[in-house]
Amino acid sequence: MKVAKHTFDAVIVGAGGAGLRAALQLSEAGMKTAVLTKVFPTRSHTVAAQGGVAASLGNSTEDNWHWHMYDTVKGSDWLGDQDAIEFMVKKANEVVVELEHYGMPFDRTDNGKIYQRPFGGHSQNYGQTPVSRSCAAADRTGHAMLHALYQRNVRANTQFFVEWMAMDLIRDADGDVLGVTAMEMETGEVSIFHAKATIFATGGAGRIYYSSTNAFINTGDGVGMAARAGIPLEDMEFWQFHPTGVAGAGVLITEGVRGEGGILRNASGERFMERYAPNLKDLASRDVVSRAMTTEINEGRGCGSAKDHVLLDITHLSPETINKRLPGIREISIQFAGVDPIKAPIPVVPTCHYQMGGIPTNYKGQVVVPKDGQPNVPVAGFYAAGECACASVHGANRLGTNSLLDLLVFGKAAGETVVEDFRSGQLTLKPLPENAADVSLARIARLESQTNGEDVHEVRLEMQRTMQKHAGVFRFADIMKEGVTKIMQVAERAKRTQIKDKSKVWNTARTEALELDNLIEVAKATMVSAEARKESRGAHVRDDAPDTAEHPNGRDDENWLKHTLWFSEGNRLDYKPVTLQPMSADVEPIALAKRTY
Amino acid sequence: MSSKRTVQFKIYRYDPDKDDKPYMQDISVELEESDKKLLDALVRLKAKDDTLSFRRSCREGVCGSDAMNINGKNGLACLTGVDELAQPITLRPLPGLPVIRDVIVDMTQFFKQYHSIKPYLINNDPAPERERLQSPEDREELNGLYECILCACCSTSCPSFWWNPDKFVGPAGLLAAYRFLADTRDQATSERLDNLEDPYRLFRCHSIMNCVDVCPKNLNPTKAIGKIKDMMVRRAV
Repeated sequence: MKVAKHTFDAVIVGAGGAGLRAALQLSEAGMKTAVLTKVFPTRSHTVAAQGGVAASLGNSTEDNWHWHMYDTVKGSDWLGDQDAIEFMVKKANEVVVELEHYGMPFDRTDNGKIYQRPFGGHSQNYGQTPVSRSCAAADRTGHAMLHALYQRNVRANTQFFVEWMAMDLIRDADGDVLGVTAMEMETGEVSIFHAKATIFATGGAGRIYYSSTNAFINTGDGVGMAARAGIPLEDMEFWQFHPTGVAGAGVLITEGVRGEGGILRNASGERFMERYAPNLKDLASRDVVSRAMTTEINEGRGCGSAKDHVLLDITHLSPETINKRLPGIREISIQFAGVDPIKAPIPVVPTCHYQMGGIPTNYKGQVVVPKDGQPNVPVAGFYAAGECACASVHGANRLGTNSLLDLLVFGKAAGETVVEDFRSGQLTLKPLPENAADVSLARIARLESQTNGEDVHEVRLEMQRTMQKHAGVFRFADIMKEGVTKIMQVAERAKRTQIKDKSKVWNTARTEALELDNLIEVAKATMVSAEARKESRGAHVRDDAPDTAEHPNGRDDENWLKHTLWFSEGNRLDYKPVTLQPMSADVEPIALAKRTY
Repeated sequence: MSSKRTVQFKIYRYDPDKDDKPYMQDISVELEESDKKLLDALVRLKAKDDTLSFRRSCREGVCGSDAMNINGKNGLACLTGVDELAQPITLRPLPGLPVIRDVIVDMTQFFKQYHSIKPYLINNDPAPERERLQSPEDREELNGLYECILCACCSTSCPSFWWNPDKFVGPAGLLAAYRFLADTRDQATSERLDNLEDPYRLFRCHSIMNCVDVCPKNLNPTKAIGKIKDMMVRRAV
């Protein structure tokens, strides 16, 4: 197969919020940039974000970035790097205001400012009372944001390669990154994108689980590509289960529903969050609420004939408020739960939602790996931002609205770093290794010729069921151990996938087989990292690491206050320290404490 | 509550790599109780025959990927209840755009028209430190406009767009044009109107209202087009 070669100053993989924000930096700086995306940009999963983006604008309640920083560190169960967190919360106002200037249709307060609503885990005065920090466009914030960012890129003449699927990362003998291979879906042709800088903004891999709020396209492509190319993955045991996915359908119901006054109730109608989080109640952070719901269900207080869900009640809100602030939620409830929330509560269950871990980066968006005894050495030419990256600002548990903030701040930071490195002449176009496309061509050739192979759909389903059962909201030593064995078996099967469709044109069977290769890397990383972490922290809660006086919340800071690094090669684990020191010398670190809400 | 049942389909199939011409395929699939939407059924079908090609992503009606012609009417597979459809469920690509494969169409022309209206806020004042202020009432003018998901159900159900896809902006593009005309923060009103002052770009809309009928987000492009026409008239007098 002939392989075309395209040369650019920079290539960005992914055109969701992070990719588009990074692209703006590069386009406006005049860099020759290619943005590769397997879907038209506005179809990226950022579009599905609902409730808002965090910024301490203080438009309706007093707020400042110190409080936001405290909430984020506490929310992360102290696994977040405090330098990156300080960087993010300090940049929040700037990036949100920029979006407003780009035309994003935020809702407004009576005095014309950006409307803000309360959200889980966000507080005033270091955990005391809920704060309105979530900047929202009704319950369609992600849609409004993604379209505004795409529109701004149209203005900036950004060059998109739409419906091109990136396949493999190209590294040379020094380990430097020189670009990617990619397949044009319409023709099936593979090309090399040779660039001085490569930015991954490929999103998460929520589709490793059976029940997920995530879109079909969330297959961890960048994470899988990085892992196969020898880059370790950080903190992959930490997956957020969103408290309110529509029972049965998995579709997301924003936390903004509770921000607007929604209440979770069990079978007896009790507002059970009062027992688990006496202060913030339904607005406790997501890991806490998801565990409380799961406990209610496990102890027989679930709703419905199977007692397998709880109810999200907004019937006490006025129809005007629901129609004005939560119109999309009303649509979703009617469509997917068969319930009009004005009249009846919505059946919900905790559902896999967000990947806290990912490709390790620093707060400048540079991908960093351990080298010569140093834990965080930048990989030349390689940058990452958004859900595929781990900066790490979310640590063991992300706060709602911090994901949209993450992709804005770090999309922009990665873009700025690339522009700086480009202008200072640090970035060079190193010669491509010979046969740079061989790995990708071999993957395609194998799919062409595989006989007596495994069905892609079946293997994916087996992976999803394994992850759901063995790495869920509550985790058990023996079940995780068994999960590791099982996922390795599934991974073996995934090496022998076979497809019937041999067409070159828009072959979605082939796309799904290639995506499965990426999902499998993420699933292995998750299972192995989870089994190994012998403590409870944030979203990773083990039955054998309970809340005790010695180990508050089951956390073992003495042994486990460290980031996991998983290497695909040899299925190997390593660890690196958490950055407890903020970026600025005059900012006090947030001291370790027991987490209560 | 729906249980296990078999559903009959008639699906437009075309793979330029092997087919001389398109054909309609009769195919059936057994659905599980949890399969409620047409997209669930398509995913089930694809597990059975991986050569069936269609776009899909969010499965909740916000990404706009899975628009197709369903029993003669454009819609999103993920928002269409499979049990509400008469069988055999007939699926065709969106009309009026070149077919790439099966129900996947080439949307180049559609996006070209969207891009032609300058779909971005134009405000040449120096950016203030904080947000530009906008009253809740002024912001409300954007409701029913900004929610468009660019699925192309509307433009590809519009006879005017079928005849002149290169000259008529089409309902989706015009809805976007009005979204910026209606935004108090935008300063390019006359430039935007100039851009549409043409026998085709705006005025090929004959208020047939197919766009309104099919919009999966319940938006009303015809109304927005009417408002642009009003603005044209008002500035002429």
